[in-house]
Formats: sequence, structure tokens, C-alpha cells
Amino acid sequence: MAAISTVTPPTFNLSSPSRNPNSASLSSLKLASPDANPSIPSSRSLKLHRNSRFVTAAATSPSAASPAANPTNTFHGLCYVVGDNIDTDQIIPAEYLTLVPSNPDEYEKLGSYALIGLPSTYESRFVEPGATKTKYTIVIGGDNFGCGSSREHAPVALGAAGVAAVVAESYARIFFRNSVATGEIYPLESEGRLCDECTTGDVVTIELGESKLINHTTGKEYKLKPIGDAGPVIEAGGIFAYARKAGMIPSRDA
Amino acid sequence: MSSSAVGPTSSFLADKKILGFSASCAQPSSFPCSPQLSTKRASNKIVSVMTPQQSERKPSATGALKTGMTMTEKILAIASEKSQLVPGENAWVNVDILMTHDVCGPGSIGIFKKEFGQNAKVWDREKVVIIPDHYIFTTDERANRNVDILRDFCNEQNIKYFYDIKDLGNFKANPDYKGVCHVALAQEGHCRPGEVLLGTDSHTCTAGAFGQFATGIGNTDAGFVLGTGKLLLKVPPTLRFVMDGEMPDYLLAKDLILQIIGEISVAGATYKAMEFVGSTVESLTMEERMTLCNMVVEAGGKNGVVPADSTTYKYLEGKTSLPFEPVFSDGGARFLKEYRFDISKLEPLVAKPHSPDNRALARECKDVKIDRVYIGSCTGGKTEDFMAAAKVFLASGKKVKVPTFLVPATQKVWMDVYSLPVPGSGGKTCSQIFEEAGCDIPASPSCGACLGGPRDTYARMNEAQVCVSTTNRNFPGRMGHKEGQIYLASPYTAAASALTGFVTDPREFI
Repeated sequence: MAAISTVTPPTFNLSSPSRNPNSASLSSLKLASPDANPSIPSSRSLKLHRNSRFVTAAATSPSAASPAANPTNTFHGLCYVVGDNIDTDQIIPAEYLTLVPSNPDEYEKLGSYALIGLPSTYESRFVEPGATKTKYTIVIGGDNFGCGSSREHAPVALGAAGVAAVVAESYARIFFRNSVATGEIYPLESEGRLCDECTTGDVVTIELGESKLINHTTGKEYKLKPIGDAGPVIEAGGIFAYARKAGMIPSRDA
Repeated sequence: MSSSAVGPTSSFLADKKILGFSASCAQPSSFPCSPQLSTKRASNKIVSVMTPQQSERKPSATGALKTGMTMTEKILAIASEKSQLVPGENAWVNVDILMTHDVCGPGSIGIFKKEFGQNAKVWDREKVVIIPDHYIFTTDERANRNVDILRDFCNEQNIKYFYDIKDLGNFKANPDYKGVCHVALAQEGHCRPGEVLLGTDSHTCTAGAFGQFATGIGNTDAGFVLGTGKLLLKVPPTLRFVMDGEMPDYLLAKDLILQIIGEISVAGATYKAMEFVGSTVESLTMEERMTLCNMVVEAGGKNGVVPADSTTYKYLEGKTSLPFEPVFSDGGARFLKEYRFDISKLEPLVAKPHSPDNRALARECKDVKIDRVYIGSCTGGKTEDFMAAAKVFLASGKKVKVPTFLVPATQKVWMDVYSLPVPGSGGKTCSQIFEEAGCDIPASPSCGACLGGPRDTYARMNEAQVCVSTTNRNFPGRMGHKEGQIYLASPYTAAASALTGFVTDPREFI
């Protein structure tokens, strides 16, 4: 893991202390430590659960990356290919938005509905009826992936279903921002239209460190755009976890 | 399709000073965010512009020199207490208003409590506005529970503005309940020129009509704002849309924005601000300006702005007691692109299934048989939208040929529909005209079927039908059924279509 230097963020005042005794400048922002609420799994533990599954997949698959590869930097599995302008209503239809993502049971349920809004022209269902997880670890899309609503349920549903990364030609901004803030999935950008090159069910590997996607089924390799600064945020488990890890925000117990 | 979709890879915490290591930008940006830019993406898309693209801002121009700023850049600079901001910069912005509703509120609250502690208090109980509006009039237990979650939080935090509803059987029995959040924000005076308004809803950009920075954010960002009152935002470059010419009496703001989205596509304004100026814009009422800014997100836009003027100030009279400072683009401001439209040449439009940029002339779709018409939502369910529909029904004098659903956005709109006289009708109200035309009775105010919703939502499309709607999106399944076909249109066009049973240009009647 890249060393992250502890930097003092710019100091500034929040609300006046007399009105809000709990407020503080951002540099000394008090946040609860992740273990303060054992009933709500921290996003970190949810992410580790996914990562351990990837380690297993990488180890058992015949064409897996080398055993020395960092499991959080390598994603391996089947890909599911979609087209352009996959909007949030297709990713998670509005009728399922009554599910609250911060509630663990409902988080799991959201996963079961991921991409259920795709039209029937998509022959393979992303999540089998009755299942909560998908067998496709990577979603490959075209332009403007995630357009439409600001609902965070969209990247959350994909992450809850077990998606490690989306590889699209371009993203709508709120979806991209939500993916990073929640740390649920890596929103990777391809060079060119991978959705034209790959087919649902192809076995692919993403080497995050090398910004590369390998399609084992076709034998082709593709360059991805580097995830840049968003990478460490997602790896940490989202913006709050990252801010704690980077020392921007001390935990309450510190 | 736009060629310069500013890449998102560095849009988050990319400020060098905060992270302590150099930002590696991989974005195909027109605005350098660090000297070590990686490869620019070769454009393979046709750009549809009407004036030449302006040259990119060189690093030397962003140094100590003060450059003119667009109003979006200025609002963000003031809100982040900086004297100067340029597009591409990230800034910690003070938030004036945070809005949330019943769909995203519970999730945002969950994150706030988890991250700041179960006993944490919001940064300012007067700056959080909580508006249940999405799934209200339903027997869905989770939907009802979500409103309860909002209430518990508001009680605990002593939130000043919570537009509560308890009696679902009779919306009028709830004096605090408003309805659709974006319309309620305007009507209750929470939109003020020069301010920063964030909301957990993509159509938060509607408030840009008041000359402020308003955009949609997710639950996690909202949780962060609840605790700190700030958010790290990247300054967007601005696309300028100059609309001149007298507005023909068969056109509405909905036609204008459909024209623009059709021109630049659903990703044409991704990561950009859309600034609307010109004599036509100045002639628009506040509600029409709201319609214009509402669909900015359908072009991928980050925010939309209309400069404040006497129309704005007049609307705000009596609605807000807080002082505000309007902000305007400098003369020397730099715009990414400028588009010019001669409005007098435009005709009524629709967006055909299944994309808001699938633009077509209404008159060219006259052979499309429809099954229903929906008039409602933050886009097309305001008082003036219903007045416009009533005008068409009045001019025709006939009855509608298909079920016509009317969903006023807020309680106030509902009351206007039942009380305001329609010009030229001899004193009839919209509701009377609607009744005579055979429309459905105006429903309880909420977001309704614009986004489908729980199965028992009024006017939800539960079969594969063709609908002309005054709403904002028509992607597959948007109003419920995946095979449903939605034609987005103005209230004029929607009413005209209801009268014929086909997609119809309103000039058939007005």
C-alpha cells in the first residue's frame, strides 16, 4: 500500500462554537471510530469481504495473475457487457429506492436488484433470481455510464452485488463521485470502446497498478486510464475511511 | 457528442496541498490541473457547436493575475473564501443549504451518524431542509418508514425546516407538508442568489434559476455536509447558452431545454456549468427558468445558472428574510463554449424514447399513437405548467382522448390549480377546465410517477404503454414498465397530445 503522508489540511472554521458545540475545524474533526457501532458493519469490513473473495478467485483460476500480486490491486472474474448511457434507473430501478443502503440487511437486498432495470434485450440476467450476488465481477460499459439520478444506491447496488470494478468509456459525474465517496467500486476508464471488444461471460483480469485489462477469452490486452487520486480513496473504503487513514481526520478514540 | 468531457479521475481530493503528494491527472482535460498531465484522449466525436471553441486557459494565466470569472466560478470562490478560482481547481466550499428527501435522507442520516457519532449534531439546524416528496402516498411500508426516519432525525436535531406528513389519506390535513422538494425550496424562499445549495437529488440543479450554485450529491457526500457544512467541489468550466428573440406563444422553457439537450447530447455538459443568458431568458418567469435549469442534469451538467434580475427579486419578495448578494459573470470571464439560439425559429419539441437527447419536432411525430398523458413533476408540474395545459384545453373546448394524469408538484400548486382564474376563460380555474376536458382529478402533490416508484403509485406505468409526459427522463423503465415509451414534452404539447390521442404540436390548438 502506498505510504500516505499525514498532512494538515487547510484550517478553517465551521459553524460558531456557541451554536453547535460539537463543531470543530476540519483539521480536528471528531469522527466516531469504526467500531463504535458494531451493529452497522463499516464499509471497510464489507470491502475486505469482497477482497478476500478475489484472492480465492485469483488463486484457483488457471489463468490467474501471479500469486505475488496484491489482491486489492488485481480483479479477476467474468465480465458483463452493457452499452452506452446506462442510467441509474437501469442500474437500480426507482421502486427499490425504499431500501436504505446504510442498513446492512437492506444493503444486501440492494445487491440482488443490481442492473435489474436493463431491458429484456440483455439475455443474461446480472443477478440470478433469488440470489444476492452476481457471478460477474466486472462490468464493462460504453459512454456516460451511470447517467441520470444522483442516487447513491446505484454504485452501492453494484458493490453489494459483488462488482469489483466498472470499466466504461466515460462516466456521468454524480455516479463517478458516489463510487469514489462510498469506495464501493472502482470506476475505471477505458481507452476506446471495450464494450465492443468484450462479450458477457469473457474471463478478464484487471491489473490496477498497471492500468491494464486482460481478456483471457479473446487473448487481448487493453490499456486503461490510471485511476489516479481516486484509487487510494476507494481502496481505503471511501472518503471517510480514507480521511481517517490519511490523518486528515482523527478518530474519536485517538 | 462533446469532445471535451472533462475526465473525472482527479475530481476527488486531488488538491496537492491536502494530499501531500503530486496529483497525477489522467483526465483528458482542457484545463491543466498539474504540470505532469498524462496523455490527452484523442477526440473521435463530432462536436456540434455554433461558435468556435475558445482556447484553453494556459497555466500562466492562472497565476497571480486576476482573471475574470464566470458566475459559477465566482460563487464557488466566495463560498470557499478564495479571491480567485479557475475551472479544474478543487475547493472546500461552505454550504448554505443542504436538502434531502425521503429516498436519500435515511441513507445520508445513517452515514452521518456512523461517521460523526450517534449523538452528533448537524452543523447548522437552520441550513438543513428536509422535504419528504418521493414515495409518500403509498402503502409500501418501507417508504412510510423512511418518512418516519426523517421525522425522528428532525425531532432529535431540532431541524427548523421539516415539511412533515403524517396523514397519508388526506394531504391537506398536513399543514407542514409541501411536496416536490425543488419546487418547495423555491416557494419557501430557500433559494437565494449567490448561495451554494446542495441536495441529495439530481434535479437540485433547478435552483440555479435563482443565480446560485446548486447541484445534486450522493448520500455519503450529504453525510459529510451534515457534519461539517462543507464539501470538496471541483470548479466546472462554463458553457454559455445565449438565447435571443421573442418567445413564440406556442413555446415553453421545456422546448428550449429539449432543444439544447438535443444539440449537445446527454453527456454534452458533463462536469460543466450551463449558463443561460439572453433576451429570451430575461423574459422568462421564475418557474420557466426553473424548468430550464431543472434538466441541466439530463445533459450531464453539474449545475445551471440564470443571472438574477428584477424577476428574481420580485419572486423572492416576502419569501425570504435572509440577506443575499447576487453574483454575475465578469466581462472578461472565459467560457468553454458559447452556443447561440434564435428562439423565434424554434418549434415545439419532444424527446422520443428512450433518451432526453432523442430530439424530434412534435409535428413530425403526429402519427405516434399514445395511451396516456402525464402532467406533473418538478419539471412540468408547477402552477404555470398547469396554467399552460389549461390554456390548450380551453382553446380546444373538446375532451381528452386518453387518460390524462395531473399531479401538482406541491400543496401550493394544487391550491393554485383550484383557485387561480385562467386568463380568457371567464373566471374558470384550471381544475374546472381540466374537469370539463375529462382529465383525471388532480392528485395529491408529490413526485408521483415521474420515476415510477412503489407499485401502487398513482399513474405509474405498469404496462408497456406510450406516454407523453412533462417530466425529465425517459430512459427504459423510468415511469415503471421497462417497455414503456415516454415522449418528454412541454405542458402545451402534452395537453395537445391528450386531445388527439397522438403526439401533437400545440399549434393545432393555440
